[in-house]
Amino acid sequence: MTTASFTPTGIRFENIDKRYGGLYALRRVSLEIAAGECVVFAGRNGSGKTTLLRVAARLARPSSGAVSFLSGSGEKNEARSPAGFVAHATMVYDELTAEENLLLFARLQGIAEPASRAATLLREVGLEERRDSLVRTFSRGMRQRVAIARALLNEPAVVLLDEPTTGLDPQGASWFAETLRRLRDSGRTVLMSLHGESEVSTLATRAIRLDAGAVVADTLTGANFRSILAVANA
Amino acid sequence: MALLSNTAVLLGKELRTEFRSRELLTTTVVFILTIVVLFSFTFDPSVSESRRFGPGLLWLAFLFAASLMLQPCFLREQNNDTLSALRLSISDPFAIFLAKLAANTLFLLFTQVLLLPAFAILYNVPVLAAFPQLVLVMFMGSLGLSVTGTALSAISAQARMRELLLPLLLLPLLTPVLIASTEATAALLVPNPTMRWDWLGFLLAFDVVFLTALWLFGEYLLEE
Repeated sequence: MTTASFTPTGIRFENIDKRYGGLYALRRVSLEIAAGECVVFAGRNGSGKTTLLRVAARLARPSSGAVSFLSGSGEKNEARSPAGFVAHATMVYDELTAEENLLLFARLQGIAEPASRAATLLREVGLEERRDSLVRTFSRGMRQRVAIARALLNEPAVVLLDEPTTGLDPQGASWFAETLRRLRDSGRTVLMSLHGESEVSTLATRAIRLDAGAVVADTLTGANFRSILAVANA
Repeated sequence: MALLSNTAVLLGKELRTEFRSRELLTTTVVFILTIVVLFSFTFDPSVSESRRFGPGLLWLAFLFAASLMLQPCFLREQNNDTLSALRLSISDPFAIFLAKLAANTLFLLFTQVLLLPAFAILYNVPVLAAFPQLVLVMFMGSLGLSVTGTALSAISAQARMRELLLPLLLLPLLTPVLIASTEATAALLVPNPTMRWDWLGFLLAFDVVFLTALWLFGEYLLEE
């Protein structure tokens, strides 16, 4: 996590609309996130945070508008997102062990030495001792560690985190905050959704509030920063 | 090459998770063996009557087996949103379908291997006379059930009334496969077995058409 073997990458949302039937999940969202920024999306349930992250991950296709990734070499618009994604669901298989899960996704992503990469990540997330245990025997916090390891397999320059601390106990949340700090300090671009102020949100360098699918506030660390998170939590 | 290697990796995952949990195979094998045993009490298992009703009964049992197996095929991927993780990891989502299709076909063939001896004994039908041809028909029929079922399973997994939707879509679409498979099987269980290449050709065409449709439009079935 500490060695930067990726190209710093930003992300641009251009006039994104996402409709489900007649319902707007996102409405004319235009944002430019610079490489290395750590952005927290705040807002009430249904405000569009998760949808925006899933659009960025290219798991949901916008009804109109475009998402592009901006690296040193210019704009990228590949069909597959270069971002690592940690969703509210763990996105790992309960019937596989922690190591089998990482090996599976490493092989699918075409990583050169999957076994070595999986071992490194299991060590980094503190699950080396439980590598051969089935994920279904893990606590929520341990599952989240596997989920983070999976998201970091291909050393993504952009990391998307959808309510990553949900279900974590205080110890787990502290571990996650430390992990996030390392991700941010390694130069990765981090986009995360959170419900309110926490140890994790204090690590962000920019806060964006969504309401009914639209961006209603956008600020860098400063006076308005806490109010954005506080209003979202109200 | 990436498509084939990803399919192989995903097939390995499908087999490993199933043989670890044994959820599908245990339920399906018990269910279809019960059907075949129950019907053996209803019919007089004289050879002529068995040859008349047997093939239809056999494929009806396979249809039930397929319905049971196909329902959780994509539903299981929704528990932890693992389908999203797969979509994020591979460039060609057709590999997901191919792996599930191969796994479903293998599971169906496995249940058929278990069911066939029970059927032969209980219904007094000689199946060894044209065994290789019978295996070919079963493979083509199973492929037809799986290719259609895998596509519909992906569609129904995202719907609200998913448990109801799959059989509702599956049964009418599979009628041609069942007719062709039953006719081809029936021709192999008579005293002078013959291979009905016309029905086999029909099965092949059906499999090719649905597989091509899955290749062309599969990506859209997985989208949110």
